[in-house]
Amino acid sequence: MKLRLPFAPLVALRFLREGRMQTLLILAGTAGGVAVIVFLTQLITQLQAQIVDRVLGSQAHVVIRPLEETNLRAIDDAAFATLIEPRAQRLRSIDQWENVARLAADMPGITAVSPMATGPAFALRGQASKSVALMGVDTTLYRRIVRMDEYMLAGRFAVEGPRAVIGTELAKDLGIGLEDKLRVMLPNGRDELLQVGGIFDIGNKDLNRRWVFVTLPLAQSLLDLPGGVSSLDLTVADIFEAQAIADRLKGATGLTVDSWMQTNAQLLAALRNQTVSNNLIRSFVVIIVALGIASVLVVSVVQKQKEIGILRAMGASRAMILQVFLIQGSLVGAVGSVIGSLLAFGLLQTFSAIYRNADGTPLFSAQLEPRFIVMAALVATSVGLASALIPARRAARMDPVQAIRS
Amino acid sequence: MSAAVIELTGLTKTYNIGTPVETEVLHGLDLSLMEGEFAALIGPSGSGKSTLLNIIGLLERPTGGQLSFAGRNTATLPEAEITQLRGRSIGFVFQFHHLLPAFSALENVMMPAIIANGAPSDALEATALQLLDAVGLKAHAHKKPGELSGGQQQRVAIARALALRPRLILADEPTGNLDTRTADDIFALLREFNRDSHCACLIVTHDPRLAARCDRVIRLVDGNIADDLPTA
Repeated sequence: MKLRLPFAPLVALRFLREGRMQTLLILAGTAGGVAVIVFLTQLITQLQAQIVDRVLGSQAHVVIRPLEETNLRAIDDAAFATLIEPRAQRLRSIDQWENVARLAADMPGITAVSPMATGPAFALRGQASKSVALMGVDTTLYRRIVRMDEYMLAGRFAVEGPRAVIGTELAKDLGIGLEDKLRVMLPNGRDELLQVGGIFDIGNKDLNRRWVFVTLPLAQSLLDLPGGVSSLDLTVADIFEAQAIADRLKGATGLTVDSWMQTNAQLLAALRNQTVSNNLIRSFVVIIVALGIASVLVVSVVQKQKEIGILRAMGASRAMILQVFLIQGSLVGAVGSVIGSLLAFGLLQTFSAIYRNADGTPLFSAQLEPRFIVMAALVATSVGLASALIPARRAARMDPVQAIRS
Repeated sequence: MSAAVIELTGLTKTYNIGTPVETEVLHGLDLSLMEGEFAALIGPSGSGKSTLLNIIGLLERPTGGQLSFAGRNTATLPEAEITQLRGRSIGFVFQFHHLLPAFSALENVMMPAIIANGAPSDALEATALQLLDAVGLKAHAHKKPGELSGGQQQRVAIARALALRPRLILADEPTGNLDTRTADDIFALLREFNRDSHCACLIVTHDPRLAARCDRVIRLVDGNIADDLPTA
């Protein structure tokens, strides 16, 4: 049984096959364009995801803190010249934090809530003293905010009694290891002897030097925050929804609520600029590919004048001729996108082998997400169709008598 | 009495209307062609033969007068119906055969049927093969036009013109660029089909020898029918 194509695709395919060189050129152009788009999109998406992942690897998506204290004045400002000194912000607990935590946990889009009592302290051993941040957490909850288990070099991320988890830089600075002891001293004069139960490397030396995890009750008593917490850390399902969720929480609680998008505004702006420039490049490539397809098809219509005239004389309608050229355009787009996706895959393979991080791991993976291939195929096919529109209409409008005579 | 396939009354054709170079090419022609008739259209170049043939072939519309095809006034038909009528009821044989170079001889013969039916089928292929057989080219069915001689190409063109069993065959100097012997063969083929299928044939020719072998000779001079006589 032979495959019997209907009229329009049959003639379209035959015309493409007949103009071999043209078809190859136009296919190469389309494939090149698609390859650039797919490769760039995949690369930038991956790199951006990695950057965001790295940044969010050590911080909560959304943090709830108590409101800052301000001076409230009973006297009308306009009547008196006044000098107001800003209040110093003392460490305070979130008012009724259990209720706030419950409210946050029930809010859609929020995946984890972890209370924390944190404040400044000194870590002492012998003559050495280092300033640290004492972080009282429930480790099972905090794990869901920062994936601490992945960063552990020794011991486990678990605290109980006087056991603490410290960073590798602090351990080095104090010259201590697992199960060794260190003393923490707080500005209020309290102190406590801790035992190292785990050492982490979070990939940021500053944090490795400063973070000291202890149990929530211990931190509360050392910081004079009995039963209170200084902040609530949250994770959200869609990281780019963080700001919207923070705004909603702020409205619901009246507390200070910051999202990672605010605290990393510069990074976000950089990512956005990168996306904009990527979109610009993609648009230019699409325009160039469209012009290429259109110009080759325009030439093809002129070359095929006589054939068009013959077909019209044999009863082919204008619509049929239109279809023949529209199909040529979309075929070029579709086939070009398949070749282009393969090319992009090859590029990714090559570049991921060449460009490596300092530690030897590939800068990006050679994977190509199917959704980008589907996207490229859809875009290329519709661009092919759209760019065939003008040549196809020209072909359909052709006067058969003139066409045959020429 | 057989019916008229085409009937022209007061047919005129003017080119470049409204411009300084406006020219009337045909000046009110009255002509009818009966079923089964085999007529030659002769005349010096520039006399309007090709224009007349294009108008009869529904490729061009007349400026004035009436053209009836099988009793239907074509002036009132919309473009789409004219195209369909042309495809199904008229077979063209051009001087330079005008085959589609990208398609084999067989596919060229099938093309009118593919256009009319929307897609090829085994039945269409069988019919096309029969036609090629009838013009003596069954062995060359899968060759491209470029691989055939001039005479063979013209035979394919004739087979194509007959593909849908049209009521009218229009041939524009079908033997114009062929040697005498091949020309005779092609002419004989047309004659044979005319006899078998009873379709009307109108053949433009410069060759008085061939014109003499038609049933009727219409002579066109300067856009007027100078004489219209049956041959002896």
